[in-house]
Amino acid sequence: MKIAFASGKGGTGKTTVSLNLALALSDVQLFDCDVEEPNCNLFLGFELEKVEDVICSVPVIDPEKCSLCRRCSDFCRYNALAALPTKVLVFPSLCHGCGGCTLLCPEEAIRESHRFLGLIEKAKEGSSPEFYRGLLNIGETMVSAVIKKLQKHIDDRKTAIIDAPPGTACPVIASIEDMDYCVLVTESTPFGFHDLKLAIDVVRALKIPFGVIINRYGLGGSKVEEYCKTEGISVLLKIPNDRMIAELYSRGIPFIREMPEWNEKFLCMFEAIKSQLAGGKEART
Amino acid sequence: MKQLTVISGKGGTGKTTLAAAFASLAENAVIADCDVDAADMHLILKPRVLVKEDYCGLEIARFDPKLCIECGKCREFCRYGAVTENLEVDPYSCEGCAVCTIVCPEGAVSMEKRISGQVFSSETRFGPMAQARLGIGEEASGKLVSAVRSNAKKMAEQYYKDLIIIDGPPGTGCSAIAAITGTDLILVVSEPTVSGIHDLKRVIELAAHFMIQVVVCINKYDINEENTRLIEKFCTELGTPVLGRLPYDDIATKAMLQEQTVIEYAKNSEHASESEFANQVRKIWAKVEERLMDIPDEQKGMKILKMKNFS
Repeated sequence: MKIAFASGKGGTGKTTVSLNLALALSDVQLFDCDVEEPNCNLFLGFELEKVEDVICSVPVIDPEKCSLCRRCSDFCRYNALAALPTKVLVFPSLCHGCGGCTLLCPEEAIRESHRFLGLIEKAKEGSSPEFYRGLLNIGETMVSAVIKKLQKHIDDRKTAIIDAPPGTACPVIASIEDMDYCVLVTESTPFGFHDLKLAIDVVRALKIPFGVIINRYGLGGSKVEEYCKTEGISVLLKIPNDRMIAELYSRGIPFIREMPEWNEKFLCMFEAIKSQLAGGKEART
Repeated sequence: MKQLTVISGKGGTGKTTLAAAFASLAENAVIADCDVDAADMHLILKPRVLVKEDYCGLEIARFDPKLCIECGKCREFCRYGAVTENLEVDPYSCEGCAVCTIVCPEGAVSMEKRISGQVFSSETRFGPMAQARLGIGEEASGKLVSAVRSNAKKMAEQYYKDLIIIDGPPGTGCSAIAAITGTDLILVVSEPTVSGIHDLKRVIELAAHFMIQVVVCINKYDINEENTRLIEKFCTELGTPVLGRLPYDDIATKAMLQEQTVIEYAKNSEHASESEFANQVRKIWAKVEERLMDIPDEQKGMKILKMKNFS
């Protein structure tokens, strides 16, 4: 089973909740898909090893063969090629690696090289949970490509927990689109509530079953809870607005380690998700 | 005209709270909400929309089933996995590259306009504002950020504003890059948590990559004073100024519930801690303004040159 933790608004506790659940369960995989700012391992402290590079094809033009026909530069949707009177310039950082220019070139003057987008790392053998993360290179824009490569390491026989990036744009879609379930982590502030509704629109559009965790419960107001009730959305967990939790977080400690009573609560949440999915399947058949 | 971007790397550190407060303190600025996929600034500034336009980002492939012979070439050549087994376009994966139009032997593929969101030009109680809404599940958030910034620029010219305050997105990817390129100053809102520190380092690197000046402020500094000192220490080593510290306080949430900036909220507050919070924000803003004044205004320089040419 694949479960993602997403949020809309940033800083609502996706990483905290993913980590705590991964630590409460056994034999799970944890994926840090917030490749722009991966934070999970700050709390796990695993020794990481490189699994692979993530690359994107970019064209290299042979000026000897190029007849300056401009087909490549006219075609490129990303403005990565510019035809000058004497040569065609390539801007590798704008290229999305679609390969169209190579296909179109009548002189076979284009060959493909690549640029590095980032890398995939994993924790050394025997670590628990089994941990993978992606890391986007600084200055690189192709976030989804790194996320998709990272998710290739999901083992379908195991439970996979995915820590998704904030927002509702393409990196989030890439992180959650193949999931069996999505947990939306929010807080009951006006910003949290507003962005939760955006995130709900996304999971509904992708037709992914979902539930909500209210973090910093007690802060803000009761709007999130009321909304979930009216909409029939299950509230899986409420985490109080507790300074102790915030301080543990600041030191890089998953709070379940210092507050063992939460172990049970995370296990219950996992069971609730499973029964929601089982119920959903029954309802469909 | 100068541009200031507020970013953080990590989400939820207080970017919007601070940018909104700056909007209420700045004398002559346009506000741009560039966190387009989770835009919240409008919840505080309550903009009145003047102009609303659809925004078309990348195109999307459309297959004509009457012409399709199911050869599967489109699926074979698509590098984004955007053609399903049933030879349909998956709109969430299609990047609009148009490779399928080249490889289709029957000419069954055409590229269609795709509305990725809306951009708005608005007015608020603190001046003009540009914002956007990204369509559900749409790509092109970076392009939409650029569209918001170009709207903000237009408004700055139209209303004679000399500053654009940009509320940026979290992260270091496409949207964050679109929100900082070509700006004059970046303010990073950090927090003294292990994640906050890690993410701060990455955004400072990002700023260096694009050669933009950075200043830092530390929010919720008292949640871990040891980490706060750590941030101040490495910023000093890097030569990155730390403009101020803000305490862990519920004032941001309280102000948000009243649809006010922290500056407005503190005016009617009886709690000394809340007035003090607002004062600290004012101090940070004063330092930001000072920095901005020290930066040469390239565009102004160019305008003067142009006038000289005419005369």
